[in-house]
Amino acid sequence: MSELRGVIVSHAAVAQALVAAVTAITGIEGALTGISNEGCGTEELGERLREAVGVGPAVLFVDLPGGSCFTSSARYAKRGGADIAVVTGVNLAMLLDFVFNRDISPVDAARRALDAGAKAIRVTPA
Amino acid sequence: MTLALYRIDDRLIHGQVVVGWGQPLDVSFIVLVDDEVSSSDWEQDLYRMGVPPQIEVIFASVEKAAELLPAWDTDSRVGILLVGDIDTAVALAARVPQVKRFNVGGVHHRTGRKERLRFVYLTDDEATKLRQLAARGVDVTAQDVPTARAVPVAEFT
Repeated sequence: MSELRGVIVSHAAVAQALVAAVTAITGIEGALTGISNEGCGTEELGERLREAVGVGPAVLFVDLPGGSCFTSSARYAKRGGADIAVVTGVNLAMLLDFVFNRDISPVDAARRALDAGAKAIRVTPA
Repeated sequence: MTLALYRIDDRLIHGQVVVGWGQPLDVSFIVLVDDEVSSSDWEQDLYRMGVPPQIEVIFASVEKAAELLPAWDTDSRVGILLVGDIDTAVALAARVPQVKRFNVGGVHHRTGRKERLRFVYLTDDEATKLRQLAARGVDVTAQDVPTARAVPVAEFT
């Protein structure tokens, strides 16, 4: 199985900032690509996704579970032709877990991201 | 109340609509007028995911919207009507004379379009259609979020 690519899809520059943070923490480069919906309609965001995903397989990490980033990502995953899974609510914890665990299927990686991301959300004091 | 916003936005339902406009207007329903989306359950599910459960989402073809718009416009709740492109806005306004305003909220880059505003790219034909819409008595302005200035159609076409 070829190693998974992660593509972060966000509003403004959140995606690029997350890529930079993962690289700063892990030293791993090239596992993640960040794309923004800034200035994009549905068509152009779809084109940015196509360029970022390549032939896949890939996991799309989307910021919100709705809105233009999500609808474009879900549509691309369904119609883009590559093996793609989408996970929403991207956070740094799920991305750090992802870059070390990319020898699994996109769906398994997305489920793993859901678990890692959710575990990182805590309240102090409990 | 009424339909408080008639908006042209190629992203259809997204954050600027639901949060940026929806919160200050205290919106209770969103009407998405799009022939393709209105015939696809899967696309409708995608757009519903971006909307809080307390806001009703109504999907309609142009034909159905023309029939139901008078009722939406006299609904006791506040609503937003969305179309994804200029042709749909023109078609709706042609069928329903009570459509008296359109907010151009997002028409993005595509081959053949020129930048008119940061969030508005138009072909010459699309610019002409917007001016013709205005000439028929529809107040056409461009404004992405409520805190921005409403730019009159003459300034961006």
